Amino acid sequence: MIRSEILQEIAPVLRDQLVICNIGIPSQELHAIDDQPSNFYMLGTMGLASSIGLGLALVQPKPVVVIDGDGSILTNLGTLPTIANNPASNYILLVIDNGSYGSTGDQPTYTGRKTSLAGMASAAGCERVVECRAEDTGTVLQEALKAGEATVIICKCESGNAKMPVITMDPVTIRDRFMQAVAAA
Amino acid sequence: MNIHEKIAGDLVTAGIGFVTTVPCKQLAGVIAEVDRHPEILHVPSNKEDEGMGLCAGAWMGGRRSAIIMQNTALGVTINTLATLIQFYRMPLPMLISYRGEPGEPVACQVEMAVHTKALLTQLHIPAYHFHRREDVEELPKILDYTFMCSKPVAILTDASFWGGY
Repeated sequence: MIRSEILQEIAPVLRDQLVICNIGIPSQELHAIDDQPSNFYMLGTMGLASSIGLGLALVQPKPVVVIDGDGSILTNLGTLPTIANNPASNYILLVIDNGSYGSTGDQPTYTGRKTSLAGMASAAGCERVVECRAEDTGTVLQEALKAGEATVIICKCESGNAKMPVITMDPVTIRDRFMQAVAAA
Repeated sequence: MNIHEKIAGDLVTAGIGFVTTVPCKQLAGVIAEVDRHPEILHVPSNKEDEGMGLCAGAWMGGRRSAIIMQNTALGVTINTLATLIQFYRMPLPMLISYRGEPGEPVACQVEMAVHTKALLTQLHIPAYHFHRREDVEELPKILDYTFMCSKPVAILTDASFWGGY
């Protein structure tokens, strides 16, 4: 399975949650599969999805699901200790780990070689870390939502991208409708 | 009330309830005060761009946020300021220690000090320079201004302001 197939499968779960989605093709895929006001698409700033999601989870009670990638986590590794030491029970970091930089031409990342993101998350102090196969992502995500505990999911999948259009929505519109979704009862 | 209590108190009065920090010797007192303050959630970050991500999320969650950092870190936050904070139009007060000004004992700090105001100008980030102790009186107005216009705003605090090393 590739990322877009996973997103397709978990879209019915995601649509009821606040979602912070990683820059580039992941956001394009999610936007094309099931655009929701409760999705915050990153149009720039590689690496910060997990941080934005943590800030959001720490200040309000609704569950927050971050869709991140292995390349983006590697570029902001300091995020793992921050997540571990400021645990938010409503925070789920779903790393779609396809071992490659999908948005830039599928160049390999180190997680396809010796580096284990699950191991790094655990070493950083994250207490609920689940590594799963792509096929099990939906089940693992739903379990995480039920757990009521900060969770890092490392979903191992194949490299590859679906061809989806670039997001042309104005960033302020994305942000404004997202904030309305956050504030809605 | 000392200067650190005054600054932390001004942050709270401006409605700020989430502060991320990356330490600097000059800012140690204010960081300690922010950490003690019951109305502020203090989340230390490992790098300033990570901190700006945390602030963006907290603000979208309905909590006004701010970052406390050193000017040398401007170099690592330029992309985040342009493509996250400015592109999505978010307010972000940045309380910055302005290292490398007269009174500075470490030569290398001057290397980023000479670029600090130029970078802020290039990014069209409003910047206020606190040099004398009484300059702190402007802080409440600057914080209100930041949330009024939804921009990142820099408050540069130099060694003279802090009373030397």
